[in-house]
Amino acid sequence: MKAEDKPQSGAVRTGLNGESDSSMNAMDSIIEIQNVSKYFGVANDGVTALKNVSLSIQPGEFVSLIGPSGCGKSTLLRIIGDLLPPNDGKVTIKGKSPSEARQDRDYGIVFQSPVLYDWRSVRKNVELPLEIMRVSKAERERRALQMLQLVGLNDFVNRYPWQLSGGMQQRVSIARALSFNPSILLMDEPFGALDELTRDRMNIELMNIWSQTNTTIVFVTHSIAEAVFLSTRVVVMTPRPGKIEKIIEIDLPRPRDFETRQQRRYFELVTLVRESLRESL
Amino acid sequence: MASQGSVRVSAAMPSASALGRVQRIRRRYLGAFVVALGILLIWQTLRFTLNLPAYKLPDPLSIIAEFTNTRPTGELVALSLLYDLLVTWSEAVLGFALGASAGFVMAIAFTQSRVLERGLLPYVIMSQTIPILAIAPMVVVGVGQMGAPTLLSKAIIAAYLTFFPVTINALRGLKSVESDALDLMRSYAASGRDTYVKLRIPNAMPYLFTALKLSATASVIGAIVAELPVGSNEGIGSALINGAQYNTFQPAYLWATIITAAALGLLFYGVIALIEKRVVTWRVGE
Repeated sequence: MKAEDKPQSGAVRTGLNGESDSSMNAMDSIIEIQNVSKYFGVANDGVTALKNVSLSIQPGEFVSLIGPSGCGKSTLLRIIGDLLPPNDGKVTIKGKSPSEARQDRDYGIVFQSPVLYDWRSVRKNVELPLEIMRVSKAERERRALQMLQLVGLNDFVNRYPWQLSGGMQQRVSIARALSFNPSILLMDEPFGALDELTRDRMNIELMNIWSQTNTTIVFVTHSIAEAVFLSTRVVVMTPRPGKIEKIIEIDLPRPRDFETRQQRRYFELVTLVRESLRESL
Repeated sequence: MASQGSVRVSAAMPSASALGRVQRIRRRYLGAFVVALGILLIWQTLRFTLNLPAYKLPDPLSIIAEFTNTRPTGELVALSLLYDLLVTWSEAVLGFALGASAGFVMAIAFTQSRVLERGLLPYVIMSQTIPILAIAPMVVVGVGQMGAPTLLSKAIIAAYLTFFPVTINALRGLKSVESDALDLMRSYAASGRDTYVKLRIPNAMPYLFTALKLSATASVIGAIVAELPVGSNEGIGSALINGAQYNTFQPAYLWATIITAAALGLLFYGVIALIEKRVVTWRVGE
């Protein structure tokens, strides 16, 4: 892994406990969420998935949303990506509405299941968004091969999805999301279905990819270890109604690798996240 | 030694794979072959033990021999039935093409509009509860009187049986798209057309071919039924009527015609199955 100096995104560190104030630097944020609420079902009788959630994310950040089931973390991700409308509040992406941002192809999305098309080869799957965006054939091929190289699948270009393991399928899905160079990558528990060893390796790979591109990543996860290892900030959310409990600044040095997980500070931060999750219940 | 061994292995490879292919074919068709043999055996035994007259049940050998007999017109039975088969098949193929296209277009229209689906789908289903024997004469004669060629008027009956399975299955295939896959298309700001061409339609292909195989045999039935009422003198339908009329004198002819009809259905099914193999190359349902 190359030495990288990601801007630590202007988020201000506040002391040893690593908490920071998310309302700072709202002006130059890439994602600005203001008092967003979301209800499912009928009024008064439905579920409040999100209540008055505010969060601002700076360009180049890696923000994880963590919390128990029902805390609204996936809902928040979908609202950011214009896959769900909020009932209340406002989301601004690069100064635009989420819908405009989607039309401008600002989002790359990776779901928990890879969602590859069975009838397309690995390369053709990566080319899918480029086809839709009417990129020329030569350019599509060039970018697909480049992305597959980035995720270490250059030897599997002409295979079909069912011929790949779960981890490899998810790497194709990441390559596809990055193929059109979106400024924001939204990931909804992308490694949730993988075994722990594969997940650890994928985490390192995602770190590398993030440092090689200048993508802002919003990452939904259940795993405390994963969130602490990857993120610049971890957003701890609580259910009923879904809201932000705490935002924890992850001040581990970069580059991060397997040894990062041995560091004392890493354990402190994992404990800090775990305690905030417990307090929230 | 080592190189010798590898030579021996590579020399053994082709024959081993050829053997594998033979075994695979044998395993695949052995069951059907055994069943056919069993039916023929029971057939022959029944004929002898019950001492049935030939007009009730001719024996299998005389049916096969019938193909080499000549018709009153002086034509060889095999050739005359082959001609009938081709006539019926052309009606069936045209009807199949019309019905499958109509069915597919209807399925796409239904996925586009809930109102259309709710309004029309009950009638699509109801259409198949009407006995085809009842409407075939009306349609064939009616369309014929409007000046359409007889081929088309018969093909319409074949199409009538074809479109239903295609509509229902294509509709299922077009709809059975993962919601994440649709969200993905949405995140690319894909057009409605792209969502169909690149996602819904390929996704529906395996469903569509299941229907097309059913429709292939149904379209043959449709074409035969359409031939019955018009008193035409070509096609399997008219051969069946002929055979039934002269059953007492020449019972094997009716049976030879029935076998021809069955062979046509099987043939059409096989053609569609071959096309399916070329089109649906991916594995479905992980």
